[in-house]
Amino acid sequence: MPITADHLTYIYGGNKNLITTAVDDISVTIDDGQFIGLIGHTGSGKTTFLQLLSGLIKPESGTVLIDGEDIFARKFDLHSIRGKVGIVFQYPEHQLFEETVFKDVCYGPKNMGLEKEEIERRAKEALSLVGISEEVYTQSPFELSGGQKRRVAIAGVLSMNPKIMILDEPTAGLDPAGRKEILGLVEKLCREQKMTIILVSHSMDDVAEYADRILVINDGKLALDATPREVFNHKEELESYGLSLPQVTKAMVRLKESGIPVNTDAITVDEALTEILKVLKK
Amino acid sequence: MFKDVTLGQYYQADSVIHRLDPRVKLAGTFLYMISLFVFNNIFCYIVSAILLLAVIILCKIPIGYMLKGMRAVIFIMVFAVVFNVLFTEGEIIWQFWIFHVSLKGIKMALLMVIRLSLLIISASIMTLTTTPNRLTDGLEMMFRPLKIFKVPVHEFAMMMSIALRFIPILSEEADKIVKAQTARGAKFDSKKLTDRVKSLIPLIVPLFISAFRRAADLALAMEARGYHGGDGRTKFYPLTYAARDYISYTVLLMYIGAIVALGITFSRLTAFLLQFFANTNFGNVLSWLF
Repeated sequence: MPITADHLTYIYGGNKNLITTAVDDISVTIDDGQFIGLIGHTGSGKTTFLQLLSGLIKPESGTVLIDGEDIFARKFDLHSIRGKVGIVFQYPEHQLFEETVFKDVCYGPKNMGLEKEEIERRAKEALSLVGISEEVYTQSPFELSGGQKRRVAIAGVLSMNPKIMILDEPTAGLDPAGRKEILGLVEKLCREQKMTIILVSHSMDDVAEYADRILVINDGKLALDATPREVFNHKEELESYGLSLPQVTKAMVRLKESGIPVNTDAITVDEALTEILKVLKK
Repeated sequence: MFKDVTLGQYYQADSVIHRLDPRVKLAGTFLYMISLFVFNNIFCYIVSAILLLAVIILCKIPIGYMLKGMRAVIFIMVFAVVFNVLFTEGEIIWQFWIFHVSLKGIKMALLMVIRLSLLIISASIMTLTTTPNRLTDGLEMMFRPLKIFKVPVHEFAMMMSIALRFIPILSEEADKIVKAQTARGAKFDSKKLTDRVKSLIPLIVPLFISAFRRAADLALAMEARGYHGGDGRTKFYPLTYAARDYISYTVLLMYIGAIVALGITFSRLTAFLLQFFANTNFGNVLSWLF
């Protein structure tokens, strides 16, 4: 189920003096099973772009094609893509509302009009995927810890069995252990469940480690679209967008500047380690 | 869907009206509104409209923007017009079933529209030209004498300014929750009423929780910065009257005087004219007008 943005443009503000083009003529195709990292500084239009992709807001011009179908066409029933494209917003735990964890996770599939057994099967599956044990099912979601709430909220989207999963900074405000858990889960969804993942993150290290392909958005425009290695080769360009390199790549650049002849295209800790060892052995 | 809330909105501009002391604007708006209800004749409305027009020109807010805020009350106006036209007793010129249109009804409807428009525009000019903070400052100062009767004036003012400040925050929050629940299949824009009612709980519960969370955070932050109520609290920008404020008060008094004088003279004059021209065509027109 490929998802395509076709000359997408979105403009904020009815007041004529305060118009901002949040998304400016973006065209991109995302194929099945890809892990996309979406980066851009605050206010660059990432969140708006995601909302357009999931059909939550209507574009000024251009359109989104899911499976080749125009989701903004007049006859198209937007409700039908809710089960296909899942979106996890920033601080998704703020959307929890039911009395128990289990009921909350059932909300999505229930809206899809599924049978009771199927709803419960999906909820259990989603909750076990995010690592929530059965004794938590009957608790109120408001009694859980921050990390647990976040995982329950993600399960609430997963239970709809989406083919495409969009996550807007799912690790914001979590501790390192919580971050790792969430990112590990996202990777599992992509590699094992074959979901298409679009992950927004402010951490260059995270996108460098997990993504197959990185989209860089600057001022509403698609500035770069390439593999992580290629993207992080554009140091000056990234810095002009208010972004930076992953920590390890920065360290490698510093090493090279101080006279150690390392190759600076390492973007993960493991790559950097092998590269440094290789140079040291010489 | 929640971004159109215009209640208490402020429009940034640099004008005399913006710089006026909030107490002047509060008193002015209040007296102006009363003046609209005291006399019910067209000449008084003309004087009121002239004053309002002058203020509109002085406050440098685009007319279109101001009228946009009136869209919400158009429904009420249409309602008032329809009822006044159809159900006012009087000389009937057209009737159908229980409805009857009379000249008097048309006149009442017309006056109602004028009165409502003046009322709403004057109120919206006050909120458009005064920041919520200055507005509550003004209210606090005006009601300060009530402290003698143990009325917690400062606390009320603080509550009001916090409430006003939270309107945009909560409407933004509501917008976010609506989107998140829509993505989970809630049908907020469904045509079926049952769907829409059902989707309210997933909106209201998170909204309340976030409002409480924000309130608790705010209370903590205020305490951490040494807030302990109104006693002994001084202002960074104390309200002081300037020359323009005294001028405005004078204009206001002159306006009230003019309205009262006009109202009284014209009711006498029309009574006299009606007697004089009784049962002539001109007399009939007059009796319709006044």
